Amino acid sequence: MSSVIESHHDDHHHGPAKGLMRWLLTTNHKDIGTLYLWFSFAMFLIGGAMAMVIRAELFQPGMQIVEPEFYNQMLTLHGLIMVFGAVMPAFVGLANWLVPMMVGAPDMALPRLNNLSFWLLPFAFGILLSSLFMEGGAPNFGWTFYAPLSTTYAPPSVTFFIFSVHIMGASSIMGSINVIVTIMNMRAPGMDLMKMPLFVWSWLITAYLLIAVMPVLAGAVTMMLMDIHFGTSFFNAAGGGDPVLFQHIFWFFGHPEVYIMILPAFGIVSHIIETFSRKQLFGYSSMVWAMLSIAILSFVVWAHHMFTVGMPLAAELFFMWATMLIAVPTGVKVFNWVATMFKGSITYETPMLFAISFVVLFTIGGFSGLMLSIVPADFQYHDTYFVVAHFHYVLVPGSIFSIMAAVYYWIPKWTGNMYDERMGRLHFWLSFVGVNVTFFPQHWIGLAGMPRRYPDYALQFADWNMVSTAGAFLFGASQILFLFIVLKTVMGGKKATPQVWEGARGLEWSVESPAPYHTFSTPPKVN
Amino acid sequence: MFKKINNLSKSAYVALFMLSLYPSKVFSDWDALNMREGVTQVSRDVFELHMLIFYICVAIGAVVFSVMFYSLFRYTKKRNPNPSTFHESTKLEVAWTVVPFLILIAMAVPASKTLTEIYDDEEGEINIQVVGYQWKWEYKYLEDDINFFSNLSTDQDEIYNLVPKGENYLLEVDEPLIIPVDTRVRFLITANDVIHSWWVPDFAIKQDAIPGFINTAWTRAEETGIYRGNCTELCGKNHGFMPVVVKVVEKDEYSDWVLSKKEEAIKLAELTEKEWSLAELTQRGEGVYQKNCVACHQMNGEGLPPIFPALAGSDIVMFDKDRNVEILMEGVQGAAMQSFANQLSEVDMAAVITYTRQAWGNAENGDGEYVVPSDIVEYKKPKI
Amino acid sequence: MNNSAKRTLKYLSLAVFGMFFFSFALVPLYDVFCEVTGLNGKISQSEEGTSYESNTGRDLTIQFVSHNAEQMPWVFKPSEKIMKVKTGKYSNATFFVKNNTDKPMTARAVPSVAPSNANEYLKKLECFCFEEQFLAPGEEALLPVRFIFDSNMPESINNVALSYTIFDITNYNDMEMAHHDGR
Repeated sequence: MSSVIESHHDDHHHGPAKGLMRWLLTTNHKDIGTLYLWFSFAMFLIGGAMAMVIRAELFQPGMQIVEPEFYNQMLTLHGLIMVFGAVMPAFVGLANWLVPMMVGAPDMALPRLNNLSFWLLPFAFGILLSSLFMEGGAPNFGWTFYAPLSTTYAPPSVTFFIFSVHIMGASSIMGSINVIVTIMNMRAPGMDLMKMPLFVWSWLITAYLLIAVMPVLAGAVTMMLMDIHFGTSFFNAAGGGDPVLFQHIFWFFGHPEVYIMILPAFGIVSHIIETFSRKQLFGYSSMVWAMLSIAILSFVVWAHHMFTVGMPLAAELFFMWATMLIAVPTGVKVFNWVATMFKGSITYETPMLFAISFVVLFTIGGFSGLMLSIVPADFQYHDTYFVVAHFHYVLVPGSIFSIMAAVYYWIPKWTGNMYDERMGRLHFWLSFVGVNVTFFPQHWIGLAGMPRRYPDYALQFADWNMVSTAGAFLFGASQILFLFIVLKTVMGGKKATPQVWEGARGLEWSVESPAPYHTFSTPPKVN
Repeated sequence: MFKKINNLSKSAYVALFMLSLYPSKVFSDWDALNMREGVTQVSRDVFELHMLIFYICVAIGAVVFSVMFYSLFRYTKKRNPNPSTFHESTKLEVAWTVVPFLILIAMAVPASKTLTEIYDDEEGEINIQVVGYQWKWEYKYLEDDINFFSNLSTDQDEIYNLVPKGENYLLEVDEPLIIPVDTRVRFLITANDVIHSWWVPDFAIKQDAIPGFINTAWTRAEETGIYRGNCTELCGKNHGFMPVVVKVVEKDEYSDWVLSKKEEAIKLAELTEKEWSLAELTQRGEGVYQKNCVACHQMNGEGLPPIFPALAGSDIVMFDKDRNVEILMEGVQGAAMQSFANQLSEVDMAAVITYTRQAWGNAENGDGEYVVPSDIVEYKKPKI
Repeated sequence: MNNSAKRTLKYLSLAVFGMFFFSFALVPLYDVFCEVTGLNGKISQSEEGTSYESNTGRDLTIQFVSHNAEQMPWVFKPSEKIMKVKTGKYSNATFFVKNNTDKPMTARAVPSVAPSNANEYLKKLECFCFEEQFLAPGEEALLPVRFIFDSNMPESINNVALSYTIFDITNYNDMEMAHHDGR
């Protein structure tokens, strides 16, 4: 299988073009995957720099570095950039690189659309970031942009924000259409749905979620736009509208969005644990069913973000119970991972370290999520640092660790070079310590009563905020090491074999390392 | 070399394991970092619920992570070179679907019970309307016709680190909400501009204040004391600077306070009739300015342009008295400046306008005209 | 691209447009949802609520709450703050309103009921909140509300707050009112 014969078509280049035009005009899934990954890393650094501004301001009580107004802009942009600019494009980048190779397809189904969906992103984020320099400043209403703070009371730049959200939405919709068409139509003969690698499964479900909810986000911002400029009153109580309606629509998008950012991580971690345990993944089909049920449940739990808006008792009870149910499939996934490791033959390379810490820390985030689902307790937790700790635990050591694990795991396939194992481990340990020092104390300051989105705080929160800031700077700095490791691997290093990892399974390991520019021009046979 | 790394990793795993146990220790004996038990039946129920769910989570975590870390130590490649090949077990899958489901039901029962208790909507002995403003709270006692605003009283100099911070930094207000002990108080919560959220941790009340809509909450505080909370919904620039302070007092102390508030209202009416000197007005105005205006226009009157314009050297403040009054009374449409007509008494309104027209050299550079309370009364009269 | 891929592409594109329109459909759906669950205590005008009338009603305390939205200078107060009524019987209340500015102004009052689950048992036959209010400078008025509570309302609800927030809509484009009229 390792000697896949390249068939030459007239309409194909033999290799990549040279120079800038290669990247501007490329329709190759590997090039586009690379672009997505670098773009998301750049956004990760920008969003991270904003997080550093936030943490630096919170280092001590009192206003030191920025004004509250600018602080609000930082927290808004940090959220938007990390969600839409870092995590989502990184997963799309991984999908571009891996989905065609994993299903044995020559490329994505819609290569030109693929190019467009990437190149929309720099424009979207260019517009968003340029709002920092506009009169009245950048959006300052939080990444959840609740009306009427984001409509009647918004800075003028809100219109650019809406435009930018539209563009990023269009980009993700196109990206997910591409993924679905590829997976549904271009699998190699013999690769049934229930034989697909879990990463492919996770992305198939994610892409459907994106198609279902990104248009709703587009609808929400369109309504905002109409309220602001065309005199409608969807969300304006004075005109008969309802600000709470905005929250319902937003979270109807927003909750599935949360799973959009974690499902591909489930796929990645499943592959890595399987590989480094040298043992087949435990409970493949229950993993698939768990992801499907998480995706379906995600549409009926949105109002758990809004327990304090004053819903009737029956609604609160329904959303509480539905939310608690999500713990069941999520638990199944964790148990399956543990069962995969049980009686395996484990080694601890960097991707495995990230994957193991993913399981542990994501589970901690899951526990705090379960606590948050309990409505009476949520009245105390809601909008405090406990929530901040919760969602950072599922997003940073959850989504982001899985992305880093994926990069270490597949970079030998992408570049043909092994990364520096010693530095990889160092990067892991620094990140691991950084993440926990940053976010664990936030559980405590939240429980003790510090609300989120505060530029300044009462004195009893001072000690742990200082610790948290120290951790954040450690985590931030260690990502520079990550950049260095990746660059070093791209430049050179120990040559990788096609198999790369002893226990790795899947079609992508059957091609050479680095993967040739065109793979599987002739579909492979799958047993 | 590799061996050394492995040893290093091992000790790190031990540390990791310890860390996962760490919270249970902290929560049991480090009360300041846990949720407050509070002073009402509801808040204690919520606290118990919180601890119950927390311990269940810790127990589940302990089991799952023990198995996991056991596997990580026991089944390394060195110790177990030949991995097993099992990869499914319907029995196990069913077990770890059903067992968590049962645990969840065990959690849902007390949670639903407490929630129903919170939603019990009995009549309140005292009814208070709570209104969120950018960036302060207004309390209206519906039975007694008392209403007042509650502003952050922390000095701007403390916030900007010019003087040491006091004990209740950012959790202190000029006039707290006062309620009697052992009395059922009902809150009708709404907002004036954007969404706010009224949180008193010791009562376990957190309700969003939404413009145009009303939410209710109730409490029966069992201990006298001062309870401090916050606004918990991002509401703009000074979201972090609009604390909630509730003072629970004995019942007779409460009735005395109600009486004194009513007397105060009569006195204020007299003040409006009184002849004011420029010095008196300016002095009173400085206090009003510090409470209501500094957050945006700053102590030095320079504002934070472009959103919050400077008052020092402003043409309106120096030369256009009528427009000056109008802006404070009506607010500025489409800008951050709101109407203070319903928030400041006639006396305070006149005083603060006078103060801004006198301070920062405005009197020397401008016309130096000032405003007396009767001007405001006049302004409020309908003009036909 | 083969035919099956084209088909997939077609249904996915339809799904995208469908979901976009669905987001707008959420607006009326939400109103229905609110009406059914009593969410937010929004009330629409009812037909003569004969089915609610009954002689077996019980006592109920109503609190009338008013609030002036930002930059609304009118005087706006309930004539009576607290009213004892019986369920199953019609009651009337009034709000005093006065335009104390020197400009003619138009206002709209937005109603809200707390607790929200009382909403489904409340019918308003007449309410100033269904219409825009226009007042000349200095003009004042008494605005009526005529309402009835179903005697089948659960015993646990014995205190209902009827709240009105008054908004200045003088400069509001009239066209936009068409969207959400009839509240």
